[in-house]
Amino acid sequence: MSGAVNITGAAGADGIAGADGIAGAEGIAGIAGIAGVVARMLLLLFLVSVLTFVLIVNAPIDPLISYIGAESTLSPAAREDIARHWGLSDPLPERYLRWVGNIAQGDFGMSITYKRPVIQVIRERFTYSLALMALAWAFSGLLGYAAGIWAGLRKGGLFDRAIKLFCLVLQSAPTFWLGLLILSVFSVWLGWFPIGMAAPAGKLAAEVTLSDRIHHLILPVCTLTVVSAGKMVLFTRQKLIEIMDSDYILFARARGESEGQLVFRHILRNTALPAVTLQFSSFSELFGGMALAETVFSYPGIGTATAAAALNGDAPLLLGIAGISALFVFSGNLTANILYSVVDPRLREEKSYV
Amino acid sequence: MFSRKLSQNHRQNPSRLGYSAGAAGFRRPDLPGHPLLNARQRVVLYTAIAGVYLLGIFLWGLLLRPEAYAVHYAHKFMPPGVTHLFGADFMGRDMLCRCVKGLANSLVIGLTAALISSGIGVILGVSAALTGGLYDKLVLLGVDCCMGLPHLVLLILISFMLGRGARGVMLGIALTHWPELTRLIRAEVLQLREALFTRAAAKMGKTGFQIAREHILPHIFPVYIVGLVLLFPHAIMHEAAITFLGFGLPAETPAIGVILSEAMGHLATGKWWLALFPGLMLAAAVILFDVIGENLKSLLNPISGNE
Repeated sequence: MSGAVNITGAAGADGIAGADGIAGAEGIAGIAGIAGVVARMLLLLFLVSVLTFVLIVNAPIDPLISYIGAESTLSPAAREDIARHWGLSDPLPERYLRWVGNIAQGDFGMSITYKRPVIQVIRERFTYSLALMALAWAFSGLLGYAAGIWAGLRKGGLFDRAIKLFCLVLQSAPTFWLGLLILSVFSVWLGWFPIGMAAPAGKLAAEVTLSDRIHHLILPVCTLTVVSAGKMVLFTRQKLIEIMDSDYILFARARGESEGQLVFRHILRNTALPAVTLQFSSFSELFGGMALAETVFSYPGIGTATAAAALNGDAPLLLGIAGISALFVFSGNLTANILYSVVDPRLREEKSYV
Repeated sequence: MFSRKLSQNHRQNPSRLGYSAGAAGFRRPDLPGHPLLNARQRVVLYTAIAGVYLLGIFLWGLLLRPEAYAVHYAHKFMPPGVTHLFGADFMGRDMLCRCVKGLANSLVIGLTAALISSGIGVILGVSAALTGGLYDKLVLLGVDCCMGLPHLVLLILISFMLGRGARGVMLGIALTHWPELTRLIRAEVLQLREALFTRAAAKMGKTGFQIAREHILPHIFPVYIVGLVLLFPHAIMHEAAITFLGFGLPAETPAIGVILSEAMGHLATGKWWLALFPGLMLAAAVILFDVIGENLKSLLNPISGNE
């Protein structure tokens, strides 16, 4: 998390002034600061897209073969025609610019795996994944935060030691293995939940009800929640232990504040923002965990599509997904940066002294 | 910051008494509440146990002959028992031997990848901090760029470019784990460069090379070692994940990722042991590496090393 936040340390300090909303020299500096953060993010996005493009174009997979199939009886002359039409032998920068130009017009190309436009595949799959990720993100954040606070308040207690051990083990266990265990306990052994997919097999798409969808979503969401919560618990707990050592808590105790008052007056205010920032900057791991959880539960989201695209040499889809995933991670980091620089009053104070 | 470190180091720490006076770990009769081992000895002991276990698995796996996990159709899907401690898979292969062999393969990949990645991290981190300017900015941009894609997606892309297989995983994992360490080492060197003792050395006429060797490297070394050990579990987990998705090691090599992705097909029929034990072994290895890393961190740090 420190990484995402540190990137724009300087720009972030400028961004703070804008929070007051006062028109004037400071306000402009604030807007310029946020613009700086956004500009840097856009530059990074550009670099990432170049990196992705270069990686995929250099793959030993011939796009022509994966398009027409290995057993095609197409004549060499016709193959050459297609290659020329696609511009496969053009220099790399030209191809990159053409790709970006097409994307700007909303044309991501055709997916070879699904025989549909890439943008359609991504839109449909991403809705499934977004539901999964949003739920797991919210649950892991809330549960992890609450557990972290509880453990930190009773440092050294039974709950604290249990949850700490639990989190350390969770962080070391591979996501897909946890998914497999959850699947075999709750679906196979107890039979409470379906074994996979996003809807009952053999049911028409129009007949699938919301409760069907939720029923299929519970186990993947649980897996992803459990995997992502560990970091939040340990982070909040650590933060809380630091805070409980501080002078202001000592003073508050001396004033006779109850534990509830301590939590609501001092602890929540000092831990909520770092926790939210951490949660926003964990989009990268969330995406990876989602891909693995989806594979285990054969959930038709973007994660299974990524694996399918890469296994089938489906370059257009893989490029599209990589772009979307980068955008996803960037939006998380951007939010974390802006939150950190705009909302934290201490950073605002620092700025006024500089 | 550093002066605090020094003063803490020189302060007489009560637990050091036990270390010097106690006859190598025996309970002193005159101190009833004194534990058998002091914290430092305990940490060393845990680290040694973890290291011996991992080394044992590694050597066992390397020396294991393929006959140990050969196909025995008679033992197909045999549950865990005396013949097969971890059960047998759909071809009657012994799961324990496959797991050990797979874990040893993972350790080789993890070791190579961690060595390469930490090497890149040290070189980039130190050079960026010492050079500064445009080069420093470029390195930081590279770090952010690598962290801009989800790690798993980046691994898939690299493995896609290299045409899958063992080489793809190895290079993918080696080339994607350097950003964190680079950032850590860069920050450390920046701090050291500004420290009073390096500036004093410079004023006394020491050359840049001498300062680097006598003052900066001894401080970077522990960071590097801990970074290297803590890279290990990441590398192993990512190797297993990418193999599980079908990009890593080919299906015929024993690897935890392969074993678990095969197990996925048999879970619905209640063959739980195919998934439980391999994952447990992997998780145990990862935890032990973490234990070693964290312990080394506290041992190599003079503040916590004597607690």
